[in-house]
Amino acid sequence: MSRDDANASGPPESRPRRYFLIAATSATAAVGAFGAAVPFVKAWVPSAKARAAGAPVTIDVSRLKAGEMLGPIPAWRGQPVFVVGRSASDVRQLEREQDQADLADPDSENLERQPAYARNPWRSRKPEIGVYLGICTHLGCSPKYHGEIKPEPFDPDWQGGFYCPCHGSRFDLAGRVVKGVPAPDNLDVPPHSFLSDTEIIVGVDENTA
Amino acid sequence: MAESPPVRALPRLLIWLNARLPLTETVEYHATRYYAPKNFNFWYYFGILATVVLGIQLLTGIWLTMSYVPSGDGAFASVEYIMRDVEYGDIIRYVHSTGASAFFVVVYLHMFRGLAYGSYRAPRELLWLIGMGIYLVLMAEGFFGYLLPWGNMSFWGAQVIVSLVGAIPFVGPDLMEWVRGDYLMSEITLNRFFALHVVALPLALVGLVFLHIVALHHVGSNNPDGIEIKTNKDNNGIPKDGIPFHPYYTVHDFQATVAFLFVFCAVVFFAPEMFGYFLEKPNFERADPLKTPELIAPVWYFTPFYSMLRASTFPLFGLTAKFWGLVVMGAAILIPMMLPWLDRSPVKSMRYKGWISKVMLALFVLSFFVLGYLGTIHATPLTTAIAQIGTIIYFAYFLLMPWYTRVEKTKPPPERVT
Repeated sequence: MSRDDANASGPPESRPRRYFLIAATSATAAVGAFGAAVPFVKAWVPSAKARAAGAPVTIDVSRLKAGEMLGPIPAWRGQPVFVVGRSASDVRQLEREQDQADLADPDSENLERQPAYARNPWRSRKPEIGVYLGICTHLGCSPKYHGEIKPEPFDPDWQGGFYCPCHGSRFDLAGRVVKGVPAPDNLDVPPHSFLSDTEIIVGVDENTA
Repeated sequence: MAESPPVRALPRLLIWLNARLPLTETVEYHATRYYAPKNFNFWYYFGILATVVLGIQLLTGIWLTMSYVPSGDGAFASVEYIMRDVEYGDIIRYVHSTGASAFFVVVYLHMFRGLAYGSYRAPRELLWLIGMGIYLVLMAEGFFGYLLPWGNMSFWGAQVIVSLVGAIPFVGPDLMEWVRGDYLMSEITLNRFFALHVVALPLALVGLVFLHIVALHHVGSNNPDGIEIKTNKDNNGIPKDGIPFHPYYTVHDFQATVAFLFVFCAVVFFAPEMFGYFLEKPNFERADPLKTPELIAPVWYFTPFYSMLRASTFPLFGLTAKFWGLVVMGAAILIPMMLPWLDRSPVKSMRYKGWISKVMLALFVLSFFVLGYLGTIHATPLTTAIAQIGTIIYFAYFLLMPWYTRVEKTKPPPERVT
């Protein structure tokens, strides 16, 4: 007996009533199924433990010299953080690049990539110290620091910055992405602030100490 | 009291069983009275071999679970423990890791058979779709399983693939966090991948394989001539070109299985890492969340798709190259599902199709190999350009099929199998 036959049995006047009951039962079951799915879906979001592990981390920058990098340090929710020291000429170079056309987002117009205080040519609180998340915005590899101005296999006209070996994305010393590489955005600047001249805290926007 | 002779015991037990379970009926339906075309060739071994490998993976997988510890601190060490301290642990692990690659070898050959002989055509569309479902679950198994040793390539390979999710506009970053359960790959991710790899996906896989076989035995097997043997039946309703699966093909497949196991064991004993293709070198180093290996390459069975992902280098319609990479890779994996509706040829088998189909299939296979190779090496502008051409050929095989299968001149297939 097909379904149509089943539905056709019984007095025809009861059919609308039966359809209504079927629809109401199905709708109620759907709501129940949706509710029952909530624990299973929510169980996958970062747990309290994972969130707690993302507590702010203090980094001592007293020994950081210009042209060097501290890190990668697992400082921002366990992710690698780069702290780069920049010379006066590096800073001038970053300001010059601002006007050049080969950066995808020289003015840090994508506001999700850095806090407001890092929206400047050097993308940091202080021009000589930059703090960046060492995660390529392409597919999450950790780029390598190539701080010197010298020809590199991946760029004969290299001006210093970060190079991601996975898919060849390049960033300048302020983590700004070069045009025409797979990475769509500049490196993230994690929230950070200076506790003193020699100490940075990553994960806190304002120095409340 | 005279006892009944022992030969009578079995039929009596059988009668008792058959009254409670469709035992004889099922054996007859699926084996002794399942009539398979008599002209099966070499290409028809790979279905049964895939089932054999599934069995190997389930058995070795269960045994590995007995010694493996799915934790950030314990995973890598427990794999070393299996390799060094568990009796025969190295053999069990190498059988499992080689089995993963062998699974893809036989499944790719099995799928190629389908392409060559039109096994996806009506009435086998659903059979083909279930098969594609098996392939997708298998890819997920391979991906989740590769994270478990917690080597550095495990970690960063998974990081790259999970980051792909982040390319989805709007919801991407949140979705990525949801999949990982953390702000980066961590023990939390490892634990859920472990659950999926050892419980959820094997269940899905076994269920889909069951459906695949049931659907196959319902519509009947295709054959190298691509004609339906059910259209020519004798007076008893048995296809004239069919022979019972058991004993004819069971014996036949048993020999193939032995031959396969010779090759398989040779790999397990003498080249289990397959020179870095089955087990990649950076994976002998513990996962380091701060250090990406110099070259991120997935295991060989994913490299054709990885090449296509990397070949998407320019933004389009205001969407990033990264997003298009995800779209191209996803489409490349899913597009074979459309085959039953793309092929408009009056014949099924490559034997009777025209020259365009043959050339396109050859180009398709070539592009798959070239893309597969390129996915294992560093990308340069030249290799990217080759990968882009390869990607176009890959898609052309599918997207031009409605056109070239209609315009080409085909040969008439025979009435009976040859």
